[in-house]
Amino acid sequence: MNPIRKQRLFALIAILIGSLLATWLITSALSENMNLFYSPTEIKVANLDDEMLVRAGGMVKEGSIIRDTGSLNVTFTVTDYQNELIIKYEGILPDLFDENAGVVVRGNLNTDGTFTAIEVLAKHDENYMPPEVAEMLIEEK
Amino acid sequence: MGSPPLFYRWSSKALVWLGVSSIITLSLGLFMGIGLSPADYKQGDVYRIIYIHVPSAIMGESIFIFMALCGFINIIWRAKISGMLLKAAAPIGMSFVLLVLTTGSIWGKPTWGTWWVWDARLTSTLILFFIYAALIGLHSTIEDKIKADRAVSILAIVGVAIIPVIKKSVDWWQTLHQPSTFKLTSAPSMSPEMYQPLLICVIGFYLVFAFILTLNLRNEILERESSKKWVKEVIGNQS
Repeated sequence: MNPIRKQRLFALIAILIGSLLATWLITSALSENMNLFYSPTEIKVANLDDEMLVRAGGMVKEGSIIRDTGSLNVTFTVTDYQNELIIKYEGILPDLFDENAGVVVRGNLNTDGTFTAIEVLAKHDENYMPPEVAEMLIEEK
Repeated sequence: MGSPPLFYRWSSKALVWLGVSSIITLSLGLFMGIGLSPADYKQGDVYRIIYIHVPSAIMGESIFIFMALCGFINIIWRAKISGMLLKAAAPIGMSFVLLVLTTGSIWGKPTWGTWWVWDARLTSTLILFFIYAALIGLHSTIEDKIKADRAVSILAIVGVAIIPVIKKSVDWWQTLHQPSTFKLTSAPSMSPEMYQPLLICVIGFYLVFAFILTLNLRNEILERESSKKWVKEVIGNQS
């Protein structure tokens, strides 16, 4: 490789490393803020103001969904398997909302420790399988 | 490939093969994915949009890596063809990113319950879209094609740092978007009759990219060599 090309190569490598480094610095500086939601444990220790709008997320605890028969009110518990958070919501839930499924809610923490959600989003996992296979997996359990 | 007229003649044959093979592969993959593969246990039929969403995501990212490589070659060896390839690939990559954002939105509404959320995966993909836009815009503002090629080469090399962020965003941060189904280290978390069509679709998308890239490159060559004798001959023969 002739000297001029070598020089250009070094310059490009420097640019690439610089750009990667800059991206890394930005993402690590943003690190906590890049999370879409807080887990129930983080909410517990965060000392939130009851007017602050935050997102909380976790798994919907089995058997915790209580639907009000006369209205769209629903109460359920979100858990990260260490701490739990009781969510109150009024509205239509997404199709994939279910027990033992991931959920992300937006709203504010009440003074009594419950959480009033204004938006509920269902999180789904990266597993895809036909219904028969899913049934077989459940039977094996 | 050093000589433009030679490439021009050779590529017209390649175009036929690329066109035919991409149509066959893509229709086979989509037919298997949308028609034959089973519904998902949780999402039902909605998940089938994965057969467009995932391949376009792979294309949007790998075309950018391809462009950064072209940029590298263009800056170091000043090979004209690398600059033309970079320019020809950009609009294709941008279209695939647009496709991934659109199909993601359409998929997100019935499953997550929202069209859009500012999580790390979605936001970083949107940034990639803007980098593509900046790159295309930058190229068109510089009149001298050779200088324009060099400028976008640098931008492509700088911009490529976003790719690992997009790829790892779902692992580094809490996102609404689910983690990758396909991993380098373990088997895909998807049943074989579902991921086999997906792999065929990915190959189909790569072929489509190669097909459109060749078309764009031929146009780029004609445009840049428009004052040359061979171009006049080619155009003369066709009209």
